[in-house]
Amino acid sequence: MSALLNVENLRIGFRGAETCTVEGAFFSVHSGETIAIVGESGSGKTLSCRAVMGLLPPKAEIRGGSAAFCWEPGAAAPVDLLQMSERKLQRLRGDKISMIFQEPMSALSPLHTIGAQTAEVALLHGVSRRAEAKRMALEAFERVGFPDPSRAWSAYPFELSGGLRQRAMIAMAIIGQPKLLIADEPTTALDVTTQALVLNLIKQLQADTGMGVLLITHDLGVVANVADAVVVMRKGRVVEAGDAGEVVGDPAHGYTQKLVAAAPKMAPKPAPITSLSTPDPILSLRGVTRIFEERRSGLFKPARRFPALRGIDLDVPRGETVAVVGESGSGKTTLARIALAADRPTAGTVRFRPDAQREDLDVHALSRKELCAFRRSAQIVMQDPFAALSPRMRVREILTEPLEIHRLYDQAERRARAADLMRRVGLDPMMIDRFPHAFSGGQRQRISIARALMLEPQFLVCDEPTSALDVSVQSQILELLEQIRRERGLSYLFISHDLAVVGQLADWVAVMRSGLIVELARPSALFAAPRHPYTRALIAASPEPDVSRKIDVKAVAAGAGEPSSWPEPYRFDGERAPELIEAGVGHFVRAAA
Amino acid sequence: MTGIEAGAPPKRPRFVDSAPYHPDDDPTDGARPELDAPAWRLALRRLMRHRLAAASGVFLLTLYLMLPFMGFFAPYGPNEKDIEHLQMPPQSIYWFDEGGFVGPYVVKTDAKADLATMRWTYHEDHSVKLPIKFFCEGAEYRILGGLFTSKLHLFCAPEGGSVHLLGTDKVGKDVFSRILYGAQLSMIVGLLGIFISFAIGVTLGGLAGYFGGLLDAAVMRLIEVLRSLPELPLYLALAAAVPPNWSSLSVFLMITVILGVLDWPGVARAVRSKFLALREEDFVSAAELMGASPGRVVRRHLLPNFASHLVASAALSIPAMILGETALSFLGLGLRYPDVSWGVMLNDALSLSAITLQPWLLTAVAPVVLVVLAFNFLGDGLRDALDPYSER
Repeated sequence: MSALLNVENLRIGFRGAETCTVEGAFFSVHSGETIAIVGESGSGKTLSCRAVMGLLPPKAEIRGGSAAFCWEPGAAAPVDLLQMSERKLQRLRGDKISMIFQEPMSALSPLHTIGAQTAEVALLHGVSRRAEAKRMALEAFERVGFPDPSRAWSAYPFELSGGLRQRAMIAMAIIGQPKLLIADEPTTALDVTTQALVLNLIKQLQADTGMGVLLITHDLGVVANVADAVVVMRKGRVVEAGDAGEVVGDPAHGYTQKLVAAAPKMAPKPAPITSLSTPDPILSLRGVTRIFEERRSGLFKPARRFPALRGIDLDVPRGETVAVVGESGSGKTTLARIALAADRPTAGTVRFRPDAQREDLDVHALSRKELCAFRRSAQIVMQDPFAALSPRMRVREILTEPLEIHRLYDQAERRARAADLMRRVGLDPMMIDRFPHAFSGGQRQRISIARALMLEPQFLVCDEPTSALDVSVQSQILELLEQIRRERGLSYLFISHDLAVVGQLADWVAVMRSGLIVELARPSALFAAPRHPYTRALIAASPEPDVSRKIDVKAVAAGAGEPSSWPEPYRFDGERAPELIEAGVGHFVRAAA
Repeated sequence: MTGIEAGAPPKRPRFVDSAPYHPDDDPTDGARPELDAPAWRLALRRLMRHRLAAASGVFLLTLYLMLPFMGFFAPYGPNEKDIEHLQMPPQSIYWFDEGGFVGPYVVKTDAKADLATMRWTYHEDHSVKLPIKFFCEGAEYRILGGLFTSKLHLFCAPEGGSVHLLGTDKVGKDVFSRILYGAQLSMIVGLLGIFISFAIGVTLGGLAGYFGGLLDAAVMRLIEVLRSLPELPLYLALAAAVPPNWSSLSVFLMITVILGVLDWPGVARAVRSKFLALREEDFVSAAELMGASPGRVVRRHLLPNFASHLVASAALSIPAMILGETALSFLGLGLRYPDVSWGVMLNDALSLSAITLQPWLLTAVAPVVLVVLAFNFLGDGLRDALDPYSER
């Protein structure tokens, strides 16, 4: 049987540049199978797929190759998508080939209802009657798992959650019953449990319709879970291709080996299981609650209150790493801000003890001078290395600024310390006079880490320090953080959405959901015997680069929903949640006793 | 290609790239040396790629550098009257005589009053050739407001002749020289006005944006009130309130103050919204978490990141100032005799007879258009160049 899509020797370059950004890429998709193109940023994976759709950015040009598309193998002669006129391509797009994008919010029009947008696709591709288009749209909504298709019909994109928006995108993509679905990082912007459900949905649809799926992703875990075959790209070249199981299970090319090695696995750092009674916590949160008040929507309506944190009790033992894991909206970033006195809790206290001999301080009741001292001992590494460094300052200025603020040392000593830290975080001190924009994402994150260390803090908050980075860079940064912690005896509060990342370096993991800690344990205990349904869902949903360990959709569906859908004794409704009880030694879970 | 394992034949051939692989040369971790420069230099590089904007910038810079020395380039003084040549049309400069190049010269021109039409007619007498003099002494002029005086001119009229490149007005003042002198006031009004407007706008907008709350609300309401007043009558009322017996310098300063005071609300709004946006940036909260004081955050983190924005918006607002001055002076409410500005010159051309009989008096429009366009091109170019996302 001939292939649905067969791309050969594809070469794409940017106008004005002699070298090709994509150099001889090739891949083929058959009906009913999923091909994954894997690569890090700049590998040319997205460019290759956009070329197939005729959606290249204006500066890019195709310099050679072919993309033979044959929607009825055997019946019709294949057409070359690269040679096709824009008008003919337009007729194919949305009908025979459709695409789903990474960011569903920006891919949907905010001014039209989901229903109208979905029906429009049908109307554009040969359905003449509106009623028929609506019927098809409602059917598509049902197939992608909208609980109430008629409500979805009249909903606007901003009314839906990220997962539902991506489902709406998929509904739009499948309404024309495409033969080929191109999915460009379809789940990267989603929470891990939502990702699992959306991937499962794509799989199911594929089984029903027999369409071919071309999946672009950076995540080998996703590949191992859903792809039949995989194409690994690096710097515009295909470095390895073959069966997903073989390539991921036994990578032959050096780069693939590196990617597989760097992919985070659910392998917790071994630690003795002890109870959490620490005599000397560096940071301790008691009953921390933060309630945000929405702007009043009407004159007579009371302001809506949204609890971001609901009575958090958490200790960070000195010299250890406590990880807070949760999905977007779980309150983990609010927690980090409150721990650093960047925000005030509505209720509860945060106490900080810089060293064991001194008395602990209430972080939110400090005088100006004490606050200044607190800032010296507690620092932060932020998520987005591109936003966290001022574009107008040289790296030297960025690194010496904390010392300047606290009037420490003289100019020469500050510079010497900055150069020394550059070396410590693995950067060449010769680069110290450069500007941040001359560095890559990973290098910038190293600079952020160096800046946080300039004041020699005892406590560091890492707020998703690797989530904006490529996998291979991520593992390097995590290693660096762990090495620094060991050398300097630091204590970390590590915020993340990724259990696998956390498992590598945490001593304790607190799983958060809806502003509550639902489970708290050593990672080894947590991963081996998770108790709370939400923790189980998170673990089950985390994709690993291992073909034999598939995502357990049932477990995900059981725990990923609202607290009211959890099984007893974990279930709760509204405000009243059960207490955190000690279910094993040093293993706490929120359940009715 | 690697070997295919026996036993379980794969569905697909396995492909492994045979090109040499260097794990260290990481595609995602390469520094970008072409970006290794201060942000302003990168912006300048991008601006230079914007040809029209770069040319406009060079043009304006040259013009501003010339301003103090306009007397040197002008053959006549601003109010020097050549009573032999009244309402003279632009005079021709000749370069060739009997097929040979002899350098620039003018011919003797005699004026004759035509009593039937009440106009001056000019007759060129080609037998008397008068070469133009260069680096010659002429009317005394002042440099930098009287710091120096000089009599040296780039070129001046020969003995017994005249060089009126753009003609003269009804009392014999040289239009070309007046345009050059007019540039001094008209273009400085733009700079001074922008300075006043930005001083007020940045301070109030910055305070409103950084501190928010009641102060923000107060400033915003003040802006709304100012913006709701009809602009032209307000200009007129303020300009008319300038006492007629004031010295020309005071009138000039007053006009710039009026222009600046009426322009600041726009600046303040832009500054406020920019401040609000920048405050949310990660690097600003990082600085705050380092313990930086509000003053330091504003000085070291907010202002530098936003100075570029100010420069671009200033370049786009200067034309409004220049046009404002021109309009006020044209209406007779701005600068007055003996000051010369482009608006004052246009005011002289106010009569219908001037437009039909002495159209050369309207040439003062040309520099206004040129300068305003140049500022607009430059402003547009700067705005694009300073936007870090304008290149992919």
